Amino acid sequence: MSVQEETVWQGDVEKLRGLVSDRALSGETMVLNMGPQHPSTHGVLRLLLELDGEDIVNCIPDIGFLHTGIEKNMEAKRYEQSITMTDRMDYLNPLGNNLAYCLAMEKLIELDVPPRAQVIRVLLAELTRINSHLVWLGTHALDIGAMSVFLYCFREREKILDIFEMVSGQRMMSTYFRPGGLWRDVPEEFEPAVRDFIDYFPAKVDDYEKLLSNNPIWLDRTQGIGFISAEDAIALGCTGPTLRGSGVNWDIRKALPYSGYEQFDFEVPLGVHGDVYDRYIIRIEEMRQSLRIVEQAIDNLPGGLFRSNNRKYVPPPRAELGHSMEAVIHHFKLWTEGFRPPKGEVYVRVESPRGELGCFLASDGSPRPWRVRFRTPSFVHLSALPHMAKGHLIADLVGIIGSVDIVLGDCDR
Amino acid sequence: MTKLDPIEALQAAFGDAIEDVSTFRGDTTVVVSAAKIADIGRYCLQTEGLEYNLLSDVTGIDYYPQEPRFAVAYHLYSLPHNRSLRLKVYLPGDDPVVPSVTPVWPTANWFEREIYDLLGVTFTDHPDLRRILMPEGWDGHPLRKDYPLGYETVQFSFNFDEVDRHKPYAKE
Repeated sequence: MSVQEETVWQGDVEKLRGLVSDRALSGETMVLNMGPQHPSTHGVLRLLLELDGEDIVNCIPDIGFLHTGIEKNMEAKRYEQSITMTDRMDYLNPLGNNLAYCLAMEKLIELDVPPRAQVIRVLLAELTRINSHLVWLGTHALDIGAMSVFLYCFREREKILDIFEMVSGQRMMSTYFRPGGLWRDVPEEFEPAVRDFIDYFPAKVDDYEKLLSNNPIWLDRTQGIGFISAEDAIALGCTGPTLRGSGVNWDIRKALPYSGYEQFDFEVPLGVHGDVYDRYIIRIEEMRQSLRIVEQAIDNLPGGLFRSNNRKYVPPPRAELGHSMEAVIHHFKLWTEGFRPPKGEVYVRVESPRGELGCFLASDGSPRPWRVRFRTPSFVHLSALPHMAKGHLIADLVGIIGSVDIVLGDCDR
Repeated sequence: MTKLDPIEALQAAFGDAIEDVSTFRGDTTVVVSAAKIADIGRYCLQTEGLEYNLLSDVTGIDYYPQEPRFAVAYHLYSLPHNRSLRLKVYLPGDDPVVPSVTPVWPTANWFEREIYDLLGVTFTDHPDLRRILMPEGWDGHPLRKDYPLGYETVQFSFNFDEVDRHKPYAKE
């Protein structure tokens, strides 16, 4: 066989059997490939569509194009070294991923986090949520055909990224949280910058709503599209705004509070119809609620330590190394060997902008985790996509993909 | 709303199939017999007072070189009762097979495909057991502990030619 013959795809019909209906094999319906480089799939997602005219009969997602083996790589690194990799999973929610991983480590080694660190964590996690929702809103609107919202959203997002850069030195892959607290304390300019944002942002959310919420084209493209009932949403494992869009009141920040969320006063917006429009309204409202949390956090920012004082797990400040032998020993141990958590397995869930982000850690007592597992919302929501897409027009599929807010890095890890 | 104790209820209903119960850092783990996992899952979902209706996560663990080598952990959550439970099954290294829970919780479909793909655990009664993250024709299961991570040897001037000979790229 010549090289040219080998590279021509022969088309294996047998592989399609079982995935698509028999009508496709007889040629009655058409099988169409969408992606993996389609502009509206938000990354490298491939969808195999079976179409009857313009109606979707079957939708088969094909993922794995961004699989980088993060879980396998983490097994080869020490606990602390892996924090940088969590940023790169869900690249719109880096601090939320840091938080999930740090909380899992802290649960495993029973490490307390000082109140100041907890409040800063919540504040930054909520800014990350706004950041993620802004990117979602911009791209979702762009997919449906509203160009200008995208530009406005990215303008506001830039202000949040400036705050991240201020605290961590990085705009996107910030790696700011550490087991036991934070990498360093926030700088002086942090508080004025956050207050500026709190004054600036509410009017902008109103602007987005003016552009979209009563726009007849927007309503036509989103209302009644991508319906999922509350029972189906739970059975298919949907969480976050996708679940709340169907009217189920479950937010991990309220149900199983972590990192001190119980001290904050905020509401959980709920949908009624379970369609694309309700998920849109929920995310818009979530931005306002997140801003409320940010405001409460900056008003009640406690003083004190930004990192736990437990030297067995948390490195000593640099200044101590000059005069304390003990500090030098701890520093040396942590940087050459790392800490050794007890043997055991923990599972931690946090509310990421997309839904439940779970982190499962299995420790065998060595400085490297035996198994790290991330339960990522995009992965689960993508498995529920065929259920939402069936029976809709191919043009609406783009809106449905946008409404469940998938990030392929989060999905494939 | 009645609220049952999950451990007592499971032990009363399944007896010997419940092999071990332990609590670590507030997480309760129930080790059950692998053959019964689908029945136990259905019981956890449908019994009034338990209602573990959200399957948060299914994950596989490779305990190589221990035997039984593999484990599959199911993280259940009950929305009406706001509590969670971990079910765990242990599987032998030479033939890891476990009944699928996809008929009970549809969300298990992709989780089980991922475990099949990355760890090589087979799920019986699964509707569509294919690889999901790795390419179709991939050899081996990457998350197994005896699957090497793979790396590239750093080339210095003193060993340039030696390393170059082993490098996997086309040479003329």
